[in-house]
Amino acid sequence: MTDTPLPAPQRRAIIRDSLGVGVATGAYGVSFGAVSVAAGLTVAQTCALSLLVFTGASQFALVGVVAAGGAPISGALTALLLGTRNTLYGLRLAPLLAWRGVRRALAAHVLIDESTAMSVTRETRDAARLGFLVTGVSIFVLWNVATLAGAVAGNALGDPRKYGLDAAVGAAFLALLWPRLHRRRNQLVAVAAAAVALGIVPLAPAGVPVLAAAGVALVAGVLTKEQVR
Amino acid sequence: MMWTAVLVAAVGCYLLKLAGLSVPPRVLERPVVERVADLIPVALLSALVAVQVFTRGHELVVDARALGLLVAVVLLLLRAPFLVVVFGAALVAAVARLL
Repeated sequence: MTDTPLPAPQRRAIIRDSLGVGVATGAYGVSFGAVSVAAGLTVAQTCALSLLVFTGASQFALVGVVAAGGAPISGALTALLLGTRNTLYGLRLAPLLAWRGVRRALAAHVLIDESTAMSVTRETRDAARLGFLVTGVSIFVLWNVATLAGAVAGNALGDPRKYGLDAAVGAAFLALLWPRLHRRRNQLVAVAAAAVALGIVPLAPAGVPVLAAAGVALVAGVLTKEQVR
Repeated sequence: MMWTAVLVAAVGCYLLKLAGLSVPPRVLERPVVERVADLIPVALLSALVAVQVFTRGHELVVDARALGLLVAVVLLLLRAPFLVVVFGAALVAAVARLL
């Protein structure tokens, strides 16, 4: 890795690409806001999730479990399990970004799928930091504005089932899952996890079936030898 | 209860992010840990889809939500953007309930 300053054209290209990802991703905070109030959370709770948790899949998971009748704390546990992948992103990015102290503490908040994707492939520290920050900060701002808009609109609409918002939750999870399904092993894990969850639904309290499905990941991860990438 | 869950998720998710940036890589960078961490989102998201779409309380059901999911699959195969997939599924489910 070198620390040469970034040429202007390259800098502009990184900013443009990162803003593009930021706008596209931030906008779907609207669906999170709408789905969250449909699940029964207040507008304040919905906005607190986007401000403080700020990792989309975990937020959708928390409100999804609550929407299915699960205890809020099962929702929080599911959110934490999904949040573990950010730890791995951090491990990859730490040597590249090389921030310390307050900067590292602030950067951690916007360490998510997209900011990682837009920085992990860069060849210099400057480029990695720029991609990470522009993507992370633009998503953070838009995601929160969009969440508020979605939550207020969702509240005004009334009964969420009338607008099919309960069906929107499943579609949102599928869209988050989709890019991870290109590998055969992942497809098998997905099918097994869905089967385990549905099999447990009649027996266990709501929220537990989803957590139990994480066991499939554990078993598959321990038993297979295939490399991650 | 809900606020507790919100705060637990907030503190926990932040610490998980910070841990990755702070912990020496050798502590967590083992093939088996990486594989499990890679598969956890797959398993959880798939289980969430199944539970969201095919259950009501403790019962397994197939209703308008299943139709919505089918539409989502088609839209994803057509590479539609996230918002189109989500609201497309909602729209179809809503219309199906009206019929």
